[in-house]
Amino acid sequence: MSFHIDHICFAYERHEVLRGLSLTLESGHFYGIVGPNGCGKTTFIDLLMGHSSPSQGFIFYKDQDILSYPKKELAKEMALVPQNFYINFPFSAEEVVMMGRYPHIPRFSPASSEDIAVVDEIMAKTGTEQFRHRYMTELSGGERQRIVFARALAQNTQVLMLDEATSNLDIRHTLNLLNIVSDGVRKEGKTAIAVIQDINLAASYCDRMIFMKKGKAAAFGETDEVLTAETIQKVFNVDSVIYFEPYSASRKVAFKK
Amino acid sequence: MSSACLLFHEIFTKNSDQDIDIIKYLHTLNTPGARLLLLFIGLCTVIVVSAGMGYISIPSEKVIKIILAKLTGNQGLITGTDELFPVVVMDVRLPRILTAAIVGGGLALSGCVFQGILLNPLADPYTLGVSAGAAFGAAVALLLNINFMGYYSITAFAFAGALLTLLFVIYLSSSGGGVSSNNLILSGIIVASILSAGLSFLKYLADEQVSAIVFWLMGSFGSRTWADAGLTFLFVSVGFSVFLFFSRDLNLLAMGERTASSLGVETRRVTLIMLITASLLTAVCVSVSGIIGFVGLLVPHMMRSLTGPDNRRLLPASLLAGAILLLCADTLTRAVLPHEIPIGVLTALIGGPFFCYVFRQKQMGKTSI
Repeated sequence: MSFHIDHICFAYERHEVLRGLSLTLESGHFYGIVGPNGCGKTTFIDLLMGHSSPSQGFIFYKDQDILSYPKKELAKEMALVPQNFYINFPFSAEEVVMMGRYPHIPRFSPASSEDIAVVDEIMAKTGTEQFRHRYMTELSGGERQRIVFARALAQNTQVLMLDEATSNLDIRHTLNLLNIVSDGVRKEGKTAIAVIQDINLAASYCDRMIFMKKGKAAAFGETDEVLTAETIQKVFNVDSVIYFEPYSASRKVAFKK
Repeated sequence: MSSACLLFHEIFTKNSDQDIDIIKYLHTLNTPGARLLLLFIGLCTVIVVSAGMGYISIPSEKVIKIILAKLTGNQGLITGTDELFPVVVMDVRLPRILTAAIVGGGLALSGCVFQGILLNPLADPYTLGVSAGAAFGAAVALLLNINFMGYYSITAFAFAGALLTLLFVIYLSSSGGGVSSNNLILSGIIVASILSAGLSFLKYLADEQVSAIVFWLMGSFGSRTWADAGLTFLFVSVGFSVFLFFSRDLNLLAMGERTASSLGVETRRVTLIMLITASLLTAVCVSVSGIIGFVGLLVPHMMRSLTGPDNRRLLPASLLAGAILLLCADTLTRAVLPHEIPIGVLTALIGGPFFCYVFRQKQMGKTSI
């Protein structure tokens, strides 16, 4: 078991975002979090990362309260591809990917040859080698997002959180990056937890889905079981048809206009 | 034109072995470490040259001999030089020169840290209102003649003013989710303008002491003692060590708080430590020299193009370059200009237009700050 989430609540000032959410997330799965805007997905990721603390309830990671971990330890356990990746200073793409190795490098030490090898390998895999020496401030939004994605992969953690991590990418890079994550889940037993707006994309990669609505889990379980027209109706209030699509070997949703 | 090109071509291709040596040599000059070394050598040179400049001109080699004699205790080095020279160098000029250099370094460092933490290349002690807060605190101490801590009560009041202002600015600009850097700058400017009105009021109240406050505010390194140099050196070196210790965390904070947290930074603790240290550093600098604007803003800017934004290299480079810049400005007003202009006025006169230029370049998208 990797995460045990027990009745968590969270509010910004008086605005309640999460209201008694309880879930258990096991390792070795690709979880997709789907829900309408403002339903608390990013807040949920923040709480899972131990970045903010719930006003009520607890989150246990490996049977220990997430807030009791030192940040340094957590950074070796979980990585994040954030939604917002605006960078104001001209770091080179390579420097940014190398930052993913910081949790593994002692404070005043230079990068080891192993760290450099990991960065090289990840940049090759994610197809970001060609901007290696370009400045982040000069790259396009999609290119920057790929660099930030590469940084999270370079962190080489057991858990990877994606907060709309492919929102700016074209389909080729989206598939390439999600395939890398999916390989890690299937072959190495890693855990991926992804907030994805595109339900069809979520359905083809995530084996389990969490549908959130108004700060609660409206539906949770195996994608094949929970992804139904009723769930979509309940969560998004739109009509749809769900069918199995053999070419991608996954469930697909078609919406009524 | 073309013949000149050919000539160039010939010169540079004739001795290819030698060329490769030159290229290799130029390449070693290009590493960040070598640049830091060059900056350090530059600082030492500026210190020696400016110690020789002034009403009594002293040749550089004599300055070096005097300093060496003092450091090593070997009086033999200065036999035969004018008896006045060691007094002028050691007791009059060096304290002022070192104070100016250290204050310049301190201001550049705190500017660098404010910019990194607030994710805003326009942040510096001046734009955040921290300088104004320190000045207000110091003016209160001057006005009320507070001296329970002797000479250092002004410093203590300046620090209190700086810290309270910073906390108030952060409080003013924070919402539930955290602090937005644009809000911070806006709040800083609002608070600074309130404080400057408050300062005018204090000056109005001050009556006979008004000239003390006014001159203090305009900033000057005149009649600085070894105690001033020592005090600022102590604070700047403590601040520098703290910043250097957290420099990698500062790099991550520049990626945004959420990212920094996911990469193992205790964001709230580190941010708080850095902001308080930077305010303290600003307060000490302001209390020694008055308000000196633009050094904290411009130096990190210029150094970023030399070392890149990695704070592990940027911080030492800013320290050295800030020291060089302010020392040059102080020497200019002390020894070159016919009348001594307050240093704060001079840095604003030179730095302001330069800042406009950099800002315009940024608007045109020519440079990435």
